[in-house]
Amino acid sequence: MTTEDFKHLIDLNLGEGTVLSIDENATPKAVVIAPTQIVAVCELLKDNDQTYFDLLSCLTAIDNGPEVNTMEVIYNLYSIPLEHSLMIKTVLDRASPAIDTVSHLWKTADWHEREAFDLFGISFNSHPDLRRILMPADWEGYPMRKDYEEPATYRGMKTIREEEDPS
Amino acid sequence: MSQAIEYKYRPENLNESAPNVHSESTLSRDEMVINIGPQHPSTHGVLRLEVVTDGEIVVDVVPHLGYLHRCFEKHAESVAMNGVIPFVDRMDYVGAMNSEHAYAMGVERMLGIGEKIPKRVEYIRVLVAELNRIASHFVAIGTYGLDIGAFTPFLWVMRDREHILRLLEWVSGARMLYNYIWIGGLYYDLPAGFEEKCTEFINYLKPKLVELDEVLMNNTIFIERTANVGMIPRNLAINYGVTGPILRGSGLRLDYRRVDGYSVYPELDFDVPIGTGAMGQTGDCWDRTWVRVQEVKESVKIIEQCLTQLKGDHKRTRDFDPRELVPKKIRPKAQDLYVRAENPKGELGFFFRTDGRSDIAVRCKARGCSFSNLSILPAISKGYMVADLIAIVGSLDFVMGEVDR
Repeated sequence: MTTEDFKHLIDLNLGEGTVLSIDENATPKAVVIAPTQIVAVCELLKDNDQTYFDLLSCLTAIDNGPEVNTMEVIYNLYSIPLEHSLMIKTVLDRASPAIDTVSHLWKTADWHEREAFDLFGISFNSHPDLRRILMPADWEGYPMRKDYEEPATYRGMKTIREEEDPS
Repeated sequence: MSQAIEYKYRPENLNESAPNVHSESTLSRDEMVINIGPQHPSTHGVLRLEVVTDGEIVVDVVPHLGYLHRCFEKHAESVAMNGVIPFVDRMDYVGAMNSEHAYAMGVERMLGIGEKIPKRVEYIRVLVAELNRIASHFVAIGTYGLDIGAFTPFLWVMRDREHILRLLEWVSGARMLYNYIWIGGLYYDLPAGFEEKCTEFINYLKPKLVELDEVLMNNTIFIERTANVGMIPRNLAINYGVTGPILRGSGLRLDYRRVDGYSVYPELDFDVPIGTGAMGQTGDCWDRTWVRVQEVKESVKIIEQCLTQLKGDHKRTRDFDPRELVPKKIRPKAQDLYVRAENPKGELGFFFRTDGRSDIAVRCKARGCSFSNLSILPAISKGYMVADLIAIVGSLDFVMGEVDR
């Protein structure tokens, strides 16, 4: 199936205009959808016999920085029996980034979403266990944001090693 | 002048920084929380399992990760793409060549030179990657035996792994973190005489693999400890994003070397072994280890074919330069790309975003195989004995450098 076919299938089932655009510049080609549609689209693509995306390969969060003021969540899907791949892109507001979880569809999204929450501060609605996964629970700030600045100390410990004076 | 670290130990700090999910108040009368620390040697000091037990039975497992913090993704956003390769090595430090291959392949595709790489370069890449796959599987098999209590196979495979590491050191100058596969080519051609030495090693290794079968895979104690333990049904594995030998152990013939056919793999003849439940049920710990042992044998086949090519049609010539295509300036056009490869532990994926203006990626997400493989642990270990939990953890063969990038 081509990306046009995926777009057609999504639009047919979820209403015209669900797919906002097709990103030809991406490999594999991507469909851009509104974040509110993510669960419906994923459910459709996972269960439909024509698409059958049973493997969520990768979930990526991207911070576009304070100037653009958006964040993105990108899903890479792969269908093992049908051997086709698709990228789904969603754009979020940077001020309060939030999107529905897909961890009830693919369990692997559970940890990927926790990682995105941990490093970018994107909140995943109705996630079963949205705790920090890599950083300490009381760490302040989200390290992968573009405007993140490392705190000088963490509980009295210096986070940056000062160069020793050679003299 | 270095200053003393101003840090005061307070017990509540530990409670806050790594909170237990379970506590006295949530447990029933006969249950208790046990912390099972680093067990598998490739998880030294970086994985804590919060295990709720009822006597000897495991009721719940909560993995706590995140202590290494080598910050791969942050580095990849601040260093030029060819400078990222040493960091790629450090993710899966027992299978670094494979990770380099995946990363280089991704950047080459973005630059549009993926199809132009000389055949000799590709054969050398596959050769060193498969050597490294054997070394990685040897760590998995050997230390797994160690987890179960078999010491001899560990010493044997570590001895044979050392030969591989010496070969790779001869090639690249480094024992484990190679920086050998460059974007567009290789750091250097194979040293003179490498092909002969490698053939010698392969001939030495073949009878050793028969020995390994006899001493470990067909050992009654090993079978008793691993068969019918930690079964992963195929659907559950896919749902958790588990790939590699674990998924193949569950009976699904998914190998990206065959499915995607990247590099020169389509030209090579090798099988993809899958678990069949020969000793117990399909997808148990024994099956997973068996798949790894079989994959070592398949890698030996691949290496032999590469050596034939490297000594025959694509042999070393005076005017061959493996750095010919290495770009002076890496500036891919603005795009998104997801690339994946079959690593010793499963699917290693890289998501790139470039803006077309600089040689630094805007975003480079690494989809580590071990990260997804570890996430299935709570789902498959409930109801087993604590000793079986150790067997299950070992059979998943994760490297923490990849779990916590």
